[in-house]
Amino acid sequence: MNLRNVILFAIMAALLVLVGFLQSPSVAMGMVNMCLISAIMALGVNIQWGYAGLFSVGTMGFVALGGLAVVLTSMPPVHEAWSAGGLGVLGALAIGVLTIVAAVQAWKRVPAGLGRMGALLVILVVGFVAYRAVLDPAVDAIEGTNTAVAGYLGGMGLPVLLSWVTAMGLAAGVAWVIGKVSLGLRSDYLAIATLGIAEVIIAVLKNEDWLSRGVRNVNGLPRPVPYEVALQTNPTFLSWAEWLGLGATEASSLFVKACYALLFAIVLAIIMWLSERAWKSPWGRMMRAIRDNETSAKAMGKDVKARHLQVFILGAAVCGLAGAMLVTLDGLLTPGSYQPLRFTFLIWVMVIVGGSGNNWGSVLGGFLIWFLWVQVEPIGLWLIGLLTASMPEDSGLRAHLIDSAAHVRLMTMGVILLLVLRFAPKGLIPEK
Amino acid sequence: MDFLNALVLLANFVLIPAISYGSQLALGALGITLIFAILRFSHFAHGDVMAFGTAGVILTTWALQAAGVSLGPLPTALLALPVGIVASAAILLAADRSVYRFYRKVKAKPIVVVMASLGVMFVVNGLVRFVIGPNDQNFADGARFLFTVREFRDATGLAEGMGIRISQVITVVVTAIVVAALFWFLNRTRTGKSMRAFSDNEDLALLSGINPERVVTVTWLIVAVLVTMAGTLYGLDKSFKAFTYFQLLLPMFAAAILGGMGNPVGAVVGAFVIALSEVGVTYAFRKFLEYLLPDGMAPEGLVQLLSTDYKFAVSFVLLVVVLLVRPTGLFKGQTQ
Amino acid sequence: MFDAATDPVLIGEGMTGGYGAADILHNCTISVNRGEIAVIVGPNGAGKSTAMKAVFGMLNLRQGHVRLMGEDITALSPQARVSKGMGFVPQTHNIFPTMTVEENLEMGAFIREGDFRETLEQVYDLFPILRQKRRQAAGELSGGQRQQVAVGRALMTKPAVLMLDEPTAGVSPIVMDELFDRIIEIARTGVSILMVEQNARQALDIAHKGFVLVQGANRFTDTGQALLADPEVRRSFLGG
Repeated sequence: MNLRNVILFAIMAALLVLVGFLQSPSVAMGMVNMCLISAIMALGVNIQWGYAGLFSVGTMGFVALGGLAVVLTSMPPVHEAWSAGGLGVLGALAIGVLTIVAAVQAWKRVPAGLGRMGALLVILVVGFVAYRAVLDPAVDAIEGTNTAVAGYLGGMGLPVLLSWVTAMGLAAGVAWVIGKVSLGLRSDYLAIATLGIAEVIIAVLKNEDWLSRGVRNVNGLPRPVPYEVALQTNPTFLSWAEWLGLGATEASSLFVKACYALLFAIVLAIIMWLSERAWKSPWGRMMRAIRDNETSAKAMGKDVKARHLQVFILGAAVCGLAGAMLVTLDGLLTPGSYQPLRFTFLIWVMVIVGGSGNNWGSVLGGFLIWFLWVQVEPIGLWLIGLLTASMPEDSGLRAHLIDSAAHVRLMTMGVILLLVLRFAPKGLIPEK
Repeated sequence: MDFLNALVLLANFVLIPAISYGSQLALGALGITLIFAILRFSHFAHGDVMAFGTAGVILTTWALQAAGVSLGPLPTALLALPVGIVASAAILLAADRSVYRFYRKVKAKPIVVVMASLGVMFVVNGLVRFVIGPNDQNFADGARFLFTVREFRDATGLAEGMGIRISQVITVVVTAIVVAALFWFLNRTRTGKSMRAFSDNEDLALLSGINPERVVTVTWLIVAVLVTMAGTLYGLDKSFKAFTYFQLLLPMFAAAILGGMGNPVGAVVGAFVIALSEVGVTYAFRKFLEYLLPDGMAPEGLVQLLSTDYKFAVSFVLLVVVLLVRPTGLFKGQTQ
Repeated sequence: MFDAATDPVLIGEGMTGGYGAADILHNCTISVNRGEIAVIVGPNGAGKSTAMKAVFGMLNLRQGHVRLMGEDITALSPQARVSKGMGFVPQTHNIFPTMTVEENLEMGAFIREGDFRETLEQVYDLFPILRQKRRQAAGELSGGQRQQVAVGRALMTKPAVLMLDEPTAGVSPIVMDELFDRIIEIARTGVSILMVEQNARQALDIAHKGFVLVQGANRFTDTGQALLADPEVRRSFLGG
């Protein structure tokens, strides 16, 4: 870290402190939490793009899978639902996996031609019919049990922090499948394919109610930190708050956010340490060699596809982790809230603005862009208020402009991305 | 066995919607494939520019409606099309001059230009929401049906009916005209041929005295026509929503890649394949089978392969399968 | 003043330059007279193609100049040189593969104003097989036929000088002979031909003038026949 970078981070910190003074400490702490999560997402994308030059825009999918992992790990199992259709679902999933394995084997073993096509078709059709025949009644049974509060299988009832690990595993597993299929495609085809898979993952989360309750959301996820209400009735905590001169509500909210921030900071530190080690290791050098000249790396006997798969999975796992942290922070999973602009492209802006190929850059980008994402909206509102102040109160145009202020931030992000790409393509903290 | 009723049923719920959706996709995919052929990058802002042009059409339509202008049974939006085309041409050319031209000059890697198009996507997306908001907008007017299901049933005496909406007729007719005009332009005119030459072999085209900036400008203008048409027809047929248009990016790209990137014929064919698969896979075939199968053999379930919410999965799966089995697409596309 | 009877139609004089910092050409001179065939030969890496590209303006010259029919064109872009009467057939990627043969020829005439039917007929007369395959995509033709399309495309501007970069690379000996016959025929119509060739012996055989380059400089310059007869040229460059 040179002086310039230290100054950049200091400015960022000062901005957040300023928010603490101008808005409120609680808002600032909330922002810090989101900044930390954004930084981890950006690190995940940077692993794929900065290390290996993989243009994957499926970030949203992995983030959402991370969120799902929290539900599957930490929510208590719904026994009724399990007995109603748990076996059926498991059986159906097994049939699905077997079908795909059989299809892949047929593809590999049967010589190309009509025979192979026929065999594939038969396997897929029979497999699909069997899968649906087993799955559909099981799903109906599960979704019929106690719909108002459950209607899904629930999770494993394990500690919520463990879900951060399972999130990485889930994202990595899905990334393995996607990578197997789509890596090795031309760079912009990979982008389209990953964009597609992210939409598919979100569709699954939204529609497979037995798994994720779909658009009815899962709320009341367990927390790794104390509840505000509990703190507010805790005499020790109250005396501390009094000593600090804070009201009970504010103190408890600050304390909870600080706990999260501490947890997130620890995770970020670990990921950062590992990322930096990986970057400097022979493995990192090899990745960059492949990134910069795939042909010559291939000629030197590097297995480019296997390396790409590796790095794709690693990046996806980190994004999954960030997704799990996000859902843990929110305390609920809302499949309807995953939007590609916010969960894929915004992360890309973070990486590029921060400096692709530089882990510190990604962290700075994550902080800065999240800060702007949140702050541009009030600034836009204020600006528009200023501009329209001379208009009559009942002006339709004025009302429309004020209503639309929220969309200014999309434009701002686009302009920032374009300016950085054009005038500072290496980002704020360039690759060493 | 009741073949006729089965056919009518299929036409009403699968064929007609798929043909009209396929036409809309075809116009969009043609734009993507042309940009790829000439400018050699994947245009991620396509869906949002489509929304932008359509927003122009919608605002003009509202103004016309307020002024009492109408086309009778046809939607007023057709009159407003030129305004939308000018709007999307303006934004595409502005993006080209301020963003893409620089990367062309420095001969940047395609992936850098793709990222720049992400930036443009953000800006246009915000602009659309700023102008017309993020919500559903309906701007269809005029007569709704060429003939309704009931009219068809009464006229034919069949148990099943089939309705054709005016918007569907317009979609197919307009698409046929636009596609025919485009192919005529590309194959018969000097400018069109120079575009194909530029797409085939840029260096040789330069040697032959073809002006690249002119080719690029003409390309953007054609794309403006195509996206605005596609967006307006889609909006008339369904409804307008900024986010939906952004999401159309996936099926449009899938169609272009399926047909072979850079190949206009391929884009049209790819669009219909995608549309037919999307509608077919998400349609419940039970009634259709009831007509075809002997009594007692009719299936119990809905025989719907996937719920409609998974329609993106259809584009995705087709896309991946094609890329794995035949990376250049059904028709040979560009490889460089 | 330019005298068409005696002065070369095209001359690159004292050319020194390269793509980057290092020079590839060193005081190299190439010229061709009206209706004549000039051939550039030499060992691999001698700068043969570079010399031709320098004449065509695809290379920045530090010294020397290029004159076409007496006019200094050193500062012109390749496209401008095409308008001035130079035709260039690159070694590879010299056709529009998905376009028909006729469209390829039309694109060759892109910068021409007015009717080019007559030139098109002349090209078809020169290469009858192209007339037969005029509606076929150029990319589907055989290697020799593609070269004919490429040469035909360059002829569509009615150039004073036709430049060919290794036109016979990768074609069979029979096709090569045929192509050389056509090139002689083109030269007889008054078009000057400047070409780079690997097949030095056959090329010099049809050449009025030959330039033997070594390391970017002129080594021998004489008529084709004289070079073929020169024992030193034979020994060093023609394999005995």
